[in-house]
Amino acid sequence: MNVPSFPIGPVRSVEGTAVVLSGDDIDTDRIIPARFLKCVTFGGLGEQVFADDRLERGGAHPFDLPEHQGARILLVNRNFGCGSSREHAPQALMRWGIRALLGESFAEIFFGNCLALGIPCLQAPHGRIKALQSFVEANPSTAFRLEVDAARLHSGDGQAWPLDLAPGPRQMLLSGQWDATGQLVSHDRELLDTAARLPYLNAFSTD
Amino acid sequence: MSAGTLYDKVWELHRVADLPGGSTQLFIGLHLIHEVTSPQAFAALRDLGLGVRHPERSVATVDHIVPTTSQARPFADSLAEAMLQSLERNCAEHGITLHGLGSGRQGIVHVIAPELGLTQPGMTVACGDSHTSTHGAFGAIAFGIGTSQVRDVLASQSLSMNKLKVRRIWVDGQLQGGVYAKDLILHIIRTLGVKGGVGFAYEFAGPAIEALSMEERMTLCNMAIEGGARCGYVNPDATTFAYLQGRPCAPAGEAWQRAVAWWSGLASGPEASFDDEVRFDATAIAPTVTWGITPGQGIGVDEAVPTPEQLDADERPIAAEAYRYMDLQPGIPIAGVPIDVCFIGSCTNGRLSDLRAAAAVARGRHVAEGIRAFVVPGSEQVARAAEAEGLDQLFRAAGFEWREPGCSMCLAMNPDRLEGRQISASSSNRNFKGRQGSASGRTLLMSPAMVAAAAVSGHVADVRRLLAAPTSPVGTAPEVLSEPVLSAACQP
Ligand code: SF4
Repeated sequence: MNVPSFPIGPVRSVEGTAVVLSGDDIDTDRIIPARFLKCVTFGGLGEQVFADDRLERGGAHPFDLPEHQGARILLVNRNFGCGSSREHAPQALMRWGIRALLGESFAEIFFGNCLALGIPCLQAPHGRIKALQSFVEANPSTAFRLEVDAARLHSGDGQAWPLDLAPGPRQMLLSGQWDATGQLVSHDRELLDTAARLPYLNAFSTD
Repeated sequence: MSAGTLYDKVWELHRVADLPGGSTQLFIGLHLIHEVTSPQAFAALRDLGLGVRHPERSVATVDHIVPTTSQARPFADSLAEAMLQSLERNCAEHGITLHGLGSGRQGIVHVIAPELGLTQPGMTVACGDSHTSTHGAFGAIAFGIGTSQVRDVLASQSLSMNKLKVRRIWVDGQLQGGVYAKDLILHIIRTLGVKGGVGFAYEFAGPAIEALSMEERMTLCNMAIEGGARCGYVNPDATTFAYLQGRPCAPAGEAWQRAVAWWSGLASGPEASFDDEVRFDATAIAPTVTWGITPGQGIGVDEAVPTPEQLDADERPIAAEAYRYMDLQPGIPIAGVPIDVCFIGSCTNGRLSDLRAAAAVARGRHVAEGIRAFVVPGSEQVARAAEAEGLDQLFRAAGFEWREPGCSMCLAMNPDRLEGRQISASSSNRNFKGRQGSASGRTLLMSPAMVAAAAVSGHVADVRRLLAAPTSPVGTAPEVLSEPVLSAACQP
């Protein structure tokens, strides 16, 4: 699998082809079955995403079709990511290569877990998602560009689809605030200043 | 809002920056690592292309998954072996000190950091484990964190945190013979509830707290989290300093005097104000035992399992679930409830004074027929010190198994576990459904002395009666100020 680097800092746009996963109420157990949770790292989860569904469909699952390899945008329907709160589900999707999701609606915890990884989940009404899913199925090699600020999906041939993203998550993605680690490491100067005034790091000399 | 408390002072000293959204970036003085919650954090660092910013402030050990019978490598459980190997690789790669099996310093993370002198007053301490509150016994601000926060501490030696309110828990009087710090904290949680401390740091103070040894203070702070308080602490005093002096990682020479002066100034002063205060009388507390499925469902050993009518309306649903799961009838006396397994150990009660208190009960007696009882020391240092006193022989002679150090049946991630509906008397900290390794297994929490009393009686028994009987001369847990076993230089 050829997976791009994981999000870090501000997330302004996502580019790439799309993959369609139709159906309402796809839960986190289907995204990553429970038996894969006892793991030392999240590293292997990319290969295990939708493991049982893919086994059942014997290579015909969208994630196995050659035209969708390398896809970065996942198109889903209603209440995607419901069920257990496992962080492994967005991790598995991210490790397969997904960098943004578009759907009719998302389960709240799943949405938050995606946001904490820098993966935007944008919404659109039923009709627009259906139309977009049909378009992708007919034109699987079309490359898209998702603009987070404008909440809009553009295709290379000039079409555009408006989407919804609440102002809070939008701001977090654009500013990089979703990334606690990024913010913390950016204050290295202040961190060293703090360390310099802590007695126990300075042989308890008080000056 | 609290002001002038130890919590406020330590918070201010460690404040790195104010973050957007209102949280504070807090410097972490000591980061403790174990094999279960760290591998994903190291992997996440790798994904982000980041290194460990201050490896000298992190210290690792292995505790949760280690077997307590044979610790020969590779472990029989290949997943446990993989977890330990992953920890070894990560520590080697990033230059983090690992106190591994056989090093003389291995043990439960919350046992080894204090005994090495790593935990000191005025520090912020974080670890990917909720019982990190233990370290508050030294007047440190210590809290458990999740795996993504472990990653943040590795990457930046800091965390994004929101400040807690401070509740002072003032305890008057003195604990009576046969009543220990474990009984005190079970009593506090029983009174304030398992969610009572949510949003608070607990400051434990008052005559009864001042009289506690450091090991007892650790037991107390260890379970602050079971009462909902993310951290609990005791102001540093002469007892704290006496415990620390001479430990491998404690300040020495001229720095020692300066350290004591600084530490003394951290304590909450008479002018300190608290968000809340609750008072208890230690004299009135009996040996306490849980009968249900939360640590808040505790009663005195001379009481009966409460009936629904005796409970507040909001406690009844969980009580109903507990009656069913535990198969204990409302209204029956807790003393006399038969036991299958006895476990002495864990980061709550796996220290030398705990083993001594249990041994004082076991001395000259024998584990009752049909009961499996075992003792798991909290660390290699505890094990060697106990063996030097002959406690291993005493326990074996009394019919207990003497094991190698680790978390063991506290959470049963290793082979030590309950089977089926077995019921255990346990010195650990959680009696949640399935906690001890069997989906239907049952746990009664109590002090180590009470576990020993249950082991020799075959059922829940009031340890005060046994201590009063002629075979056993010892009352309360003896003060432990033993010399550290090791004198080697500190590595972090
Ligand atoms: S002894 Fe129990 S509570 Fe303590 S660290 Fe180990 S598993 Fe956690």
